[in-house]
Amino acid sequence: MVASGRGRRVATRDFTLELDRFAVAGSLGDGLARLEGRSVLLAVGDMAKAAAALIDLDGVARQIVLCPPGAGADALIALARASAADALVYDGDAPAPEIDIVTRVACRLPLAPLVAPRAVRFVTEWAMPTSGTSGPPKLVAHTLATLTAAFRPVAGQRWATFYDVRRYGGLQILLRALTGSESLTLSDPREGVDAFLVRLGQAGVTHISGTPSHWRKVLMSGEARRIAPQRVRLSGEIADDAVIAGLRALYPNAQVEHAYASTEAGVAFVVSDGRAGFPSSLVREDGDVALRVVDDVLSVRSNRAALRYIGANAPALKDADGFVDTGDVVALNGDRYQFFGRRGGIINIGGAKVHPEEVEAALNAHVAVRASRVFARKNPITGALVAAEIVLRDGAAADEATKRDILAACRAVLPAYKAPSFLSFVAELPITDGGKLARRG
Amino acid sequence: MTTRLTIIAAIRDVAAEQGKTLAPLNDDLPLMESGLDSLCFAILVARLEDALGADPFTTQGDGRLPSTVGELIAFYDAALV
Repeated sequence: MVASGRGRRVATRDFTLELDRFAVAGSLGDGLARLEGRSVLLAVGDMAKAAAALIDLDGVARQIVLCPPGAGADALIALARASAADALVYDGDAPAPEIDIVTRVACRLPLAPLVAPRAVRFVTEWAMPTSGTSGPPKLVAHTLATLTAAFRPVAGQRWATFYDVRRYGGLQILLRALTGSESLTLSDPREGVDAFLVRLGQAGVTHISGTPSHWRKVLMSGEARRIAPQRVRLSGEIADDAVIAGLRALYPNAQVEHAYASTEAGVAFVVSDGRAGFPSSLVREDGDVALRVVDDVLSVRSNRAALRYIGANAPALKDADGFVDTGDVVALNGDRYQFFGRRGGIINIGGAKVHPEEVEAALNAHVAVRASRVFARKNPITGALVAAEIVLRDGAAADEATKRDILAACRAVLPAYKAPSFLSFVAELPITDGGKLARRG
Repeated sequence: MTTRLTIIAAIRDVAAEQGKTLAPLNDDLPLMESGLDSLCFAILVARLEDALGADPFTTQGDGRLPSTVGELIAFYDAALV
């Protein structure tokens, strides 16, 4: 899996993997042979070990089950059951997880010399949970082919990502590094945005990927100019005009693009024209990626999509025509589609529907607003009302005058029931492990 | 401030924010003729919950809802006892 090339590396805050070494060294010791042909649950404590284990296991294991960071014992057991895992790779620097799997191998860094060449016999399936929040996570099956179909290896690019590589978004960037790019700099959960930006600047990073919520933190950081990227990539959440414009102003020499992707559907398309949404010309059915809009929801058929959901009672991932329902609501405005949010996230105000993301885009467009979170407040008259929390830009006054001004701007572009009925100022917004705005309930 | 004054002030505030013209407010004015729509009422009830600490529309389960301004004030007075 790892393309050859001198000096290529994957660096976390505390450890650097030199990719050339994988030809002769590995992280699983002589335990790798015991994992041949097995369904291996990968549960290690940091991204460097995860990257090393993935390199070791691909082709050797029949299936790799990628556990998300911070997965507790219950989550691991649920993943093991859903994937029928019969082997475990655990973190050699931590107590082994309490799980009833007999075949277990510790992952350790630094790499140790291989005792025998890796027996690469399988087209390994990579199983990973989807990022949906309701109910137990569903597992999907990818392969290296589906996971790398969206890009071509290009030399000389120094990538970085805010994401964890154990989730689809971060895994895309890791695979770019393993299959071609010059280097990859990864984040650390204990490191703040400022320190990460300093480290990115030192590494001379050229291409950086993160969610709009990650990038809004950069826009608020005093260290934002430590980096001089050529390409700024947003994905994982709706990229509104405000965050795109903010990044274009901050990094005038960079191409600012947003990628539409999910764990189930893969990377569908990338928009680099500097605007939110996507051109209607993308909704077509020829080529590697076919798009359809059915009942206002986007569906995707592509060679980057997962193969199927995993599990005995798993639902079908694709419809009869091979399309994956993304659950993302879109609406056509002229020749451009805008994203309106998740199908399940709609707030109902006396029968009228509101997408939180639509209101957030209107709030974020206001000069005093850096970020916002819109949610429902229960109400006995209309069922719910729209409420919003706002993070102000530096220097904006957190007072009634600012509130009135923001609300007036909203009412100018939204019908009255969509404009927030309640607005409060907060220091920061809750962000999930995956870097997305946390929407409770 | 008394309940009455709080409610009247809140009605005026919501009407102003939502750009509604209020009918002259007296106890006999039917709420449906006040100039407030259902969105305004919903916001009013939520604001009064924040201001008075009570939401009798949610807590009073006996189904008798106020129909005039005076009954609305009495509705809240009863909930705040």
